[in-house]
Amino acid sequence: MSTTLFDKVWDAHVIRKIEGGPDVFFIDRHLIHEVTSPVAFLGLKARGVKVMEPQRTFATADHNTPTINQHLPVEDPLSANQLKALEENSKEHGILHWGLGHENNGIVHVVGPENGITLPGATIVCGDSHTSTHGAFGAIAFGIGTSEVEMVLSTQCIMQPKPKKMRINVEGSLGKGVTSKDVALYIISQLSTSGATGYFVEYAGTVFDEMSMEGRMTVCNLSIEMGARGGMIAPDDKTYEYIKGRRFTPKDEDWDKAMEYWKTLKTDEDAIFDKEYTFQTSDIEPMITYGTNPGMGMGISNDIPTTDVVQEGKATYEKSLNYMGFDQGDSMLGKKIDFVFVGSCTNGRIEDFRAFASIVKGRKKAAHVTAWLVPGSHIVEAKIKEEGILDIINEAGFELRQPGCSACLAMNDDKIPAGKYSVSTSNRNFEGRQGPGSRTLLASPLVAAAAAIAGKVTDPREFLN
Amino acid sequence: MAYDKFNTLQSSAYPLPIENVDTDQIIPARFLKATERKGFGDNLFRDWRYNADGSQKEDFPLNDSKYSGKILVGGRNFGSGSSREHAAWAVYDFGFRCVISSFFADIFKNNCLNIGVLPVQVSDTFAKEIFEAIEKDPKTEIKVDLTNQTVTLLVTGNSESFDINSYKKENMLNGYDDIDYLQNMKEEIQEFVKTRPF
Ligand code: SF4
Repeated sequence: MSTTLFDKVWDAHVIRKIEGGPDVFFIDRHLIHEVTSPVAFLGLKARGVKVMEPQRTFATADHNTPTINQHLPVEDPLSANQLKALEENSKEHGILHWGLGHENNGIVHVVGPENGITLPGATIVCGDSHTSTHGAFGAIAFGIGTSEVEMVLSTQCIMQPKPKKMRINVEGSLGKGVTSKDVALYIISQLSTSGATGYFVEYAGTVFDEMSMEGRMTVCNLSIEMGARGGMIAPDDKTYEYIKGRRFTPKDEDWDKAMEYWKTLKTDEDAIFDKEYTFQTSDIEPMITYGTNPGMGMGISNDIPTTDVVQEGKATYEKSLNYMGFDQGDSMLGKKIDFVFVGSCTNGRIEDFRAFASIVKGRKKAAHVTAWLVPGSHIVEAKIKEEGILDIINEAGFELRQPGCSACLAMNDDKIPAGKYSVSTSNRNFEGRQGPGSRTLLASPLVAAAAAIAGKVTDPREFLN
Repeated sequence: MAYDKFNTLQSSAYPLPIENVDTDQIIPARFLKATERKGFGDNLFRDWRYNADGSQKEDFPLNDSKYSGKILVGGRNFGSGSSREHAAWAVYDFGFRCVISSFFADIFKNNCLNIGVLPVQVSDTFAKEIFEAIEKDPKTEIKVDLTNQTVTLLVTGNSESFDINSYKKENMLNGYDDIDYLQNMKEEIQEFVKTRPF
């Protein structure tokens, strides 16, 4: 029978099928961080069991870490306590731990691929919903809750019903100023935040073929924002080139053997999906969100939709616009902004800082804008320096901070104040996501750069020649 | 951890007729700093429930003394967003044992099932009927019967059946959790590990 990429990887990891229930599903790689793992380790302790496969488990501190003065002790006692718990639990169970300041430290979904932990055909989980990022390599990767973290720590398995299959095709090449982030925000705006609930998505079509690995990661990262369990892209030469020679990538004979397997990882031509969508790049321009969920996005030159075209939940829609301080029918262009945040596992990789620099080069930051530029990892930070991007952004009046999740979820001190507007390259514009009362406009690094220079929402194409 | 058995629940309910309630509203990130599973109920819907100065927002249903019960009825697409199980813990810790909605986000639903909170998905029409009944009489009772997979609005006698896979149902009826099950197949798992290429 013809099968999809997703079927191939999924079925290879099922140890047992439970009648009328979930599959017992084996996990190749388990990423953990300080926020969603402590209670799982307590559970292990209560049961008196050890981590079953510590060498398949990787720990990094990211959610709760400061982005300045990382060499100093963490001030917030609660955050410090979580970081300590991660370190001690890792030590006790023999888990590799990249704590604050470690050269490999960074956001869990950035350091995984960077270090070759992420591989095609692997199953990867983490107690963070944006684990879907790793699907860019042809892996099945998804976020899990703390009870499941405990399951994986103790048995390297979880119980999962197999999701349904969806394919999203996007055909054509990207226009000027249009990035992978815009493709993802466009898809979410078309499907809504629940349009892919219950599905696992495969992305296909020329746009993804042409996209860099970084771009593919951005797209897969955002799969969860339309409700999907995850998203994946079939591995190709670009994938192999990216992973080759990285720290945990198989070497020599193991590499050859793995390659043989990886080459089989594609959807058969006549395979059938439960649902399929096709979009054209000609319909996609730089995107921006205007509401309080990632589905409330539109092309930057459009006007905010009026309630009469909103399908359902008019009251919720109005509540959302009210929170944002916007009116239906408003244009987003020209709206004054206060903050710019470039970072997160969505857009905190080197390509994103290159894009940001391409616009701010030779220009100056708007005086009233506070900008937080936060690399996804120390490796990204090092590259920013190495490629001369740091000089460009410094000259334009920006500073670079130290790696971590930062204002993506504002668990540390990087909080957007109540009522202020932030153009953010992260993934969620929920009420208060970036600090109580904060107002988030999700966009690409190019749109963020244009906003940082102009001090208001601006079409980045104005700055590109 | 193992949890309370769930069989039938008859209770009044709190209404929250808002769509796309995301996990950042259920429990904002700044309250995720604990290393133990304790006290999350206090911060359930923190920013909708309290003003910045810590005083209660009178018009939020969870602060309204006319409502009570162990059932939370939410709008469509309840629990979207992050994988934080803390959201389900907060719901549980507040005293809820069941959440009713016409549509749930995946991870939230899973998390609920894993800690013994029953997510009950009903039709949009029935959800509307429940909201209306609560609005008319805040003490109106709903009966959730897991064995028969039915949810009944007692005042009208109207009832709907809901889905749950038979494995999870068994777990909830008996208070078992997945880890007990997986622990019992450790040898089979260890054999499987040997076959993995990486
Ligand atoms: S950057 Fe944001 S989405 Fe990504 S792992 Fe950190 S908190 Fe989660």
